Amino acid sequence: MVEFTLTKEQQLAQKLFRDFAENEIRPLAREMDETEEYNMELLEKMKKLGFFGIQYPKELGGEGADTLTYTLCMEEVSKVDASTGITISVHASLGCMLLEKYGTEYQKEAFLRPLIDGRKVSCIALTEPSAGTDASAIKTTAVRDGDHYILNGQKVFITNSGFADIFFIFALTDRAAGGVKGMSLFVLEKGMSGLEVSKNIPRMGIRAAQNCEVTMIDVKVPAENLVGVENKGYKLAMEAFGSGRIGIGAQAVGIAQGALNEVIKYTKERKQFGKTIASFQNTQFKIAEMQTKIDAARFLVWRAAKAKDNHEDYASYAAMCKLFASDVAVQITRDCVQLMGGYGYSREYPVERMYRDAKITEIYEGTSEAMRMIVAGKILK
Amino acid sequence: MKIVVCIKQVPDTTEVRLDPKTNTLIRDGVPSIINPDDKSGIEAALQLKEQCPGSTVTVLCMGPPQADVALREALAMGCDEAILLSDRAFGGADTWATSSTLAAALKKIGYDIIITGRQAIDGDTAQVGPQIAEHLGLPQISYVENIQVESEDTLVVQRQFEGFYHIIEIKTPCLLTALSQLATPRYMTVHGVMDAYREKEVKLWTLADIEDTVDKANLGLKGSPTRVMKSFTKQAKGAGTVLKDLSDDEAVAAIIAKLQEKHII
Repeated sequence: MVEFTLTKEQQLAQKLFRDFAENEIRPLAREMDETEEYNMELLEKMKKLGFFGIQYPKELGGEGADTLTYTLCMEEVSKVDASTGITISVHASLGCMLLEKYGTEYQKEAFLRPLIDGRKVSCIALTEPSAGTDASAIKTTAVRDGDHYILNGQKVFITNSGFADIFFIFALTDRAAGGVKGMSLFVLEKGMSGLEVSKNIPRMGIRAAQNCEVTMIDVKVPAENLVGVENKGYKLAMEAFGSGRIGIGAQAVGIAQGALNEVIKYTKERKQFGKTIASFQNTQFKIAEMQTKIDAARFLVWRAAKAKDNHEDYASYAAMCKLFASDVAVQITRDCVQLMGGYGYSREYPVERMYRDAKITEIYEGTSEAMRMIVAGKILK
Repeated sequence: MKIVVCIKQVPDTTEVRLDPKTNTLIRDGVPSIINPDDKSGIEAALQLKEQCPGSTVTVLCMGPPQADVALREALAMGCDEAILLSDRAFGGADTWATSSTLAAALKKIGYDIIITGRQAIDGDTAQVGPQIAEHLGLPQISYVENIQVESEDTLVVQRQFEGFYHIIEIKTPCLLTALSQLATPRYMTVHGVMDAYREKEVKLWTLADIEDTVDKANLGLKGSPTRVMKSFTKQAKGAGTVLKDLSDDEAVAAIIAKLQEKHII
């Protein structure tokens, strides 16, 4: 069935996310961007309210909501701060999702429960200096040694690694077989000997997110921390990022809507040639076009979320929503800066930050080019 | 302790629109919120519950069916029980009819502490709370800024009084009217939202549920002795006059002259 309205509980959850974003995140967003530091008090508040376990069952420690409700959270927080969006998304939609689906009872109790009940935060590490879109090219290794695996390697651009308690690490357990057939997933914990995290990598946008290099030198990991079956990790990686894209789509919608909301407010106040710039047809047409694109992107996100909740094959829906929404976010934030002119370019207003933040949505968790490959692959198979 | 908080759903705007024919509020199309003083009352009640294990917080609202969402929000903040008093017979009520209806429901619910907001941002009367206390024959303290539990049946309450505070000891059962300063309302939680719709319920009470505790002559528009003579939207005043380059004495003299001219003094 086609649904374009939210249920009452989704609407009330949306109000919670919106109120929190406006009152708690908005006042900190600019400072966090400028200092490139995430505010840890803010993180703690969100953990307590359940923002880090929205789409997980209560029995496992989660909040018992659905994926669509999670996208509402992603959109509302990203309207005011995309860094907060990615912080939640990386935690909630990748490693946790894999543990819920493939984790052992021990792993669910020891790792998943504290992650989704708000005690701990996670990151997931696939990307390496020489393995981006071609994830199969990873070089990190995990060598079995009795009851343990010994991990060695270097990961890069790992969001949340700066403050994560749990690290989901992809490593080769069969080097000869290569990434697709020889990769496995492990749960590592902060403080394990040989696990090192670098400083935040300087970036163009989402600067408050903690995105660092993770290095492993002879890290001894208990064999019971292997997630799923040995050498079947590539499929897990693809599945995790396939699911994560729904959140990135929602983040992109949030960035675009947040920027447009700023522009609507501004153009109603700003006067040129004796009247508000909102009264010029150019502005009106532009705003109408932008809202139309955002709504279209949002519905693609909701379709993907709904398909996931209904246990349908959502991979191409997720790829489409990310492809379209990220493109919309980049276009719209650029146009919003243009409509606000010099003020849009100034750091006094948030749209310049949103313009910088939007770009990454076309890159991470699968580039737009990779999204086109997935969508075309589904259509042409 | 059984704590009952009375809340009102109000339009989220200072621009209240009135129906010129009935002189009542037009709610359609205006986003609604829990009245801010009432929301502080909810927070204070939840804090009292946390201090006194075994306590429960019931939230009571009289309003149209769409007030359900205000009660769900209160449940999502952590209240245990919610009751919506909704019946055509209650419609168009002034403060007298409203307090009569709420008091009738409160008699059925039972209470140790009743908390209401000081006043609603739409009507601004500050009458309903004190009237409920009178209907129920309860001691009351209005404009409450702080509540401390002294013993099982005694509270120590700080109330705002012009430029001062009163510190008052009060025995339960009692009624308190809350100021926004009393407590900063907590956020709902995500699982609270889910529980509010899946685990908890908003009980709908109609006239039939309170028939035996209320005099029907005191209900709704017919039971409202207040008659609104006229309602109108405030007109914006003209631009003020700026008096420049005056000494302090000249400025004072000019202001006094202006006030006299307008017959204000």
